[in-house]
Amino acid sequence: MASSDASTSAGAASVPRSLAATSPRYGEKAITAVLFVAAALSVVVTTAIVLSLAVPAVRFFREVSVGEFLTGTVWAPRIGEGSFGVLPVVVGTLMVVAFALAVAVPIGLASAIYLSEYARPRVRRVVKPLLEILQGIPTVAIGLFAFWFMKPLAERLLPFLPWRGPFSIGVAGVAVGLMIVPLVASVSEDAMRSVPMSLREAAHGLGARKLAVTVRVVVPAAVSGIMASIVLAISRAVGETMIVLIAAGAGNPNLVFDPTKGAQTMTAYIGGVATGDIPTGTLEYDTIFAVGALLFLMTLTMNLLAVRMVRRFREVYE
Amino acid sequence: MAGHTIPPADRTRLAAAGARAVTLEALQRKGGREGVGDWLFRALLLLGLSIALVSLAAMLVWAVAEGAPRMSWDLFTKGPSAVDPTKAGYRTAILGSLWIIGGVVLVIVPIGIGAAVYLEEYADGARWWNRVIELNIQNLAGVPSIVFGILGLAFIVRGPIGVGFVAAAGSVTIALLVLPTVIIASREAIRAVPPSIREGSLALGATAWQTNWRQVLPAARPGILTGVILSVARAIGEAAPLLLVGAVTFVRYDPQLFSGGYSALPVLIYNYSRRPQAEYRDLAAAGIIVMLLMVLAMNAFAVWLRSRYEEQR
Repeated sequence: MASSDASTSAGAASVPRSLAATSPRYGEKAITAVLFVAAALSVVVTTAIVLSLAVPAVRFFREVSVGEFLTGTVWAPRIGEGSFGVLPVVVGTLMVVAFALAVAVPIGLASAIYLSEYARPRVRRVVKPLLEILQGIPTVAIGLFAFWFMKPLAERLLPFLPWRGPFSIGVAGVAVGLMIVPLVASVSEDAMRSVPMSLREAAHGLGARKLAVTVRVVVPAAVSGIMASIVLAISRAVGETMIVLIAAGAGNPNLVFDPTKGAQTMTAYIGGVATGDIPTGTLEYDTIFAVGALLFLMTLTMNLLAVRMVRRFREVYE
Repeated sequence: MAGHTIPPADRTRLAAAGARAVTLEALQRKGGREGVGDWLFRALLLLGLSIALVSLAAMLVWAVAEGAPRMSWDLFTKGPSAVDPTKAGYRTAILGSLWIIGGVVLVIVPIGIGAAVYLEEYADGARWWNRVIELNIQNLAGVPSIVFGILGLAFIVRGPIGVGFVAAAGSVTIALLVLPTVIIASREAIRAVPPSIREGSLALGATAWQTNWRQVLPAARPGILTGVILSVARAIGEAAPLLLVGAVTFVRYDPQLFSGGYSALPVLIYNYSRRPQAEYRDLAAAGIIVMLLMVLAMNAFAVWLRSRYEEQR
């Protein structure tokens, strides 16, 4: 009471009233801490991934030099002293990515542009959710579709190609491409829809045709989202396991550049070894960690690139 | 100079006439028939969209055509068999998948939503540790699923946790795989809640947590639920990491969470498909129908839920 009297007589402005909470609110602080732990768990997961890859990979690289691993063209762990060149599976992965992008980028972008700029609202309201639902088709199903339906179909449509055996890395790549079409379409479409209407109206007002508005105004304005969708597509294609394992074949990988033949990717190699009968603790078993570490580094680089690219190309309209 | 000889009034008139002529020309150009280029471009776009829809639809039609003759209740009641494909089914694999889904939901709902609430409502984006968490979640979302299998093998099956090759190991591995997706979806749902709701609640004297628990989370529920359902649908179809954490294929007894072998629907389908006999191929195709029904129904429900919610707002 005395203090309040003093403050009023001395002038209220000189002693500001405290707005801080009257109780320490330990409960609130505890809840904040629990929520922080939930968020920080993702950092723990990443650390665990790095550790689970790095420890066996270091053990592996004590036996096999990094240079031999990265530049070797022969993968034959069981023959003689063993040869551990990772290039065959890297080339397989790159081939899958190339075929997948050749399918997914044109088809996905065409679908996105059509849905965003040309389709009537009613068509869009049906097709967009349909694509999102189809995005969830399990990859085992797509792999078997590629193996039992697309491969024989390709042989019949292109009989002049030197098909041999039931597997084909090219067909597997096309199937991976079909899998990521909905992803490219839906992310790019979102980017194009978020381009403000006023840009289109201004271009039309200047006399531009629909084609010019779409190609010269909307697509460049949405380029950050489109790039992001493509990088995401690459990342998915590099990491896809089951389609490649089913349609491109397991077994020892050879350096193959012919898309009509079976080959292995990094992911399919890991999956194949893990389900095979190789005893754990051997050098050959440790290869899955070395290949896994390389895979992790590749996708990590790409993801960081995507984050930076989106930030750099992003145009802010408001 | 020529310009100086024309009086100002005439100059204005000239400028207006020129502008009118240019505008008319432009308008006529636009009002005329669309050129061949426009037509061709539009046709190409439509072709792309058709290829996308037709090929994905062909996949569904193919699966139904291949598997329909083999569809029967035996698929749900009979266990797997390496000897007699006509008497084999998916009972233990479906049960294994259900165990996995149950564990996934138990892990991702509290942790995923908790992380999203922290990042949206509490985290100060200027602090380096919050930026690290954010970047880290973006990166985790892009890590290949098979790498999560390696993590599960090293840390959950063996190593520090060491539960062995049991259903719980598969479940936690898949949960960690889909966790970033749930966090990202929940963050978007929470961000879409208007700030006025928070401000109103805080102004009435609610604490930060009371505001989040009673106002923000209920308002964001449809968006969060959509993210969770999509993640569970993905968990059903995911096979690659399970290959590494011990989803063995021929499990004769119903699986348990912490003991005994387990299997999962996509893993058993994959295994059946690798056998040479035609009967196993039919069996695998029938399994694909079961799996697609489960996954696509959940996805359709999630997408419907979100569109209904978006219409309401």
